[in-house]
Amino acid sequence: MMRERHLNLILLAGLLAIPVWAWITDEPFTITLATRVAILALAGVGLNIALGLGGLVSLGHAAFFGIGGYAMGILASHAQNYDPIFTTPFLFEGTKSMPVIWLTAIVMGGIAALLIGLISLRTSGVYFIMITLAFGQMFYFFSISWPAYGGEDGLSIWVRNGFPGLNTLDPIQFFALCFVLLLLALGLHWTLARSGFGLALNAARQSEARVEAAGLTPFRLRLVAFVISGMVTALAGALFADLNRFVSPTMFAWQMSGEIMVFIILGGVARLCGPVAGAALFITLEHWLGGVSDYWHVFLGALLLLVVLFARGGLIGALVKKEPAHD
Amino acid sequence: MSLILLIEQVLNGLQLGVMLFLMAAGLTLVFGVMGLINLAHGSLYMIGAFAAAAVAGATGSFLLALVAALAAAAAAGAIVELVVIRRLYDRDHLDQVLATFALILIFSEGTRYIFGSFPLYLSIPDYLSGPVSLPGGIQYPLYRLTLIGIGLAVAVGLFLLISRTRLGVQIRAGEADREMVAALGVDISKLYTIVFALGAALAGLAGALVGTIQSVQVGMGEPVLILAFVVIVIGGIGSIKGALIGALLVGLTDTLGGVLLPELFKLFMDASSASSTGSALASMLIYLLMAAVLFWKPKGLFGGAA
Repeated sequence: MMRERHLNLILLAGLLAIPVWAWITDEPFTITLATRVAILALAGVGLNIALGLGGLVSLGHAAFFGIGGYAMGILASHAQNYDPIFTTPFLFEGTKSMPVIWLTAIVMGGIAALLIGLISLRTSGVYFIMITLAFGQMFYFFSISWPAYGGEDGLSIWVRNGFPGLNTLDPIQFFALCFVLLLLALGLHWTLARSGFGLALNAARQSEARVEAAGLTPFRLRLVAFVISGMVTALAGALFADLNRFVSPTMFAWQMSGEIMVFIILGGVARLCGPVAGAALFITLEHWLGGVSDYWHVFLGALLLLVVLFARGGLIGALVKKEPAHD
Repeated sequence: MSLILLIEQVLNGLQLGVMLFLMAAGLTLVFGVMGLINLAHGSLYMIGAFAAAAVAGATGSFLLALVAALAAAAAAGAIVELVVIRRLYDRDHLDQVLATFALILIFSEGTRYIFGSFPLYLSIPDYLSGPVSLPGGIQYPLYRLTLIGIGLAVAVGLFLLISRTRLGVQIRAGEADREMVAALGVDISKLYTIVFALGAALAGLAGALVGTIQSVQVGMGEPVLILAFVVIVIGGIGSIKGALIGALLVGLTDTLGGVLLPELFKLFMDASSASSTGSALASMLIYLLMAAVLFWKPKGLFGGAA
């Protein structure tokens, strides 16, 4: 049986090799598919910090994904129209610079996660699932009924935002950016899982009373994990909007929350690279089955059902067999 | 804003509330008795609506359509319980969420495959169409009034079923202690199938009844499902009484908020921005209500130890 670490390296190398090969053979569409995988995997890595490390089954991560998307959409649309976002108390202008957009997305995602977490984390189990779902829907309906930024139609951005020193319009360069951010997020997950914080968080998942007895507050641990998780997913949202040069309320839709969770399950819960494997499998299925049948969601549903019922470790679990490191 | 308009909106809110109750009752029963979170409950609502539309189209009878909706949703519920759901009772909530999410994908695409992507229409029968005059000179659609009546009747029936019948005793006992009920000779897996099918039938009935005032289309179940989640979170998971109170609260808040908030903002804003700000805020109102209830009572209004 393969070691999980080796499998992770193979996965990431594959995700890097495919677009590079596509770049050499001049197939920009394949590069775009790989970029989608990298971005959706990044969203999954975000959720995996809450779900895999903290055991927090959030069905509302589309809220953060959408916030990231709208952070990009709002900043870039103001910049492309040369129309400041507000002038009092100080001048605040839009921007087309990716680092600024990313930072805004991360901060806004973190604030939203803090507010949602403060209320949702008072509950647990099935209440938590339903409440996070409901908060996601709140953002969805707000984005539809708020007309200033396109309402139901969403916002289009004419030209992809820029990154100093790179030409982001070139698919392979944009992919490289997304891939590096994915690696950084995986590094964050890896570091967190091994830190004192990660160990305490994992302990709180298994036995709340013992963690309290050790003088730690499970609520605070979970809130920090939830906020970090929301930040990473918001960053993915900003990239996703930049990939499509379009943001709309569908980024807030609850199906999006479900899909982000599906990436983790297909890949394997609490596995470092589970979201990468899951997102890659999902996009591959979408691409192939979508070509075979318009009703490919039936096959996706059946596959997902089989994985949940009979192959609980997901793709990585099936290949590695060993339980996740920290269980 | 006249008083008559306000009363009309209160009635609309009640109508939404009782329909949400039909959805929420099944969800909360299934959670209370089996400890299962079922995202596919919205699909059963959709199946009821499609069965009703198909039968009404073929026979022209609204009553037959309602019977078909009940039967189709109950049958779909029983089959799903036997094939998939019963494998999930002793799994964690994450597995339940994902398996029932998978069921939504299968049901939605399957329905799209059979009926196509275009919405179907289910018309109100002649004997229920048109307005009635209520005391005070209010004209209100008879059909919506009928919906309120049916919803309240089902609520009363459900209370009687739970509190007065043998099945109700078994359901309550199953919530309290599953092993003990099984040891006393109750066929617990049959009980679970019956409860699941009962919840499914209620969802199917709601789908058929609401399908006549909205269109019948794929994906119609999920928005209602999420509202029903809000309802049972507010009411307390597992409590039928909580589901009823929560459903009426959500129905009234959503309907009245949509009408009153824009009016309220007109007091200090110009008309167009008042209506856009008001309606944007109104769309968030029930979630704010939920957040407020949870802040005050994390287990919901009538929630015990869930």
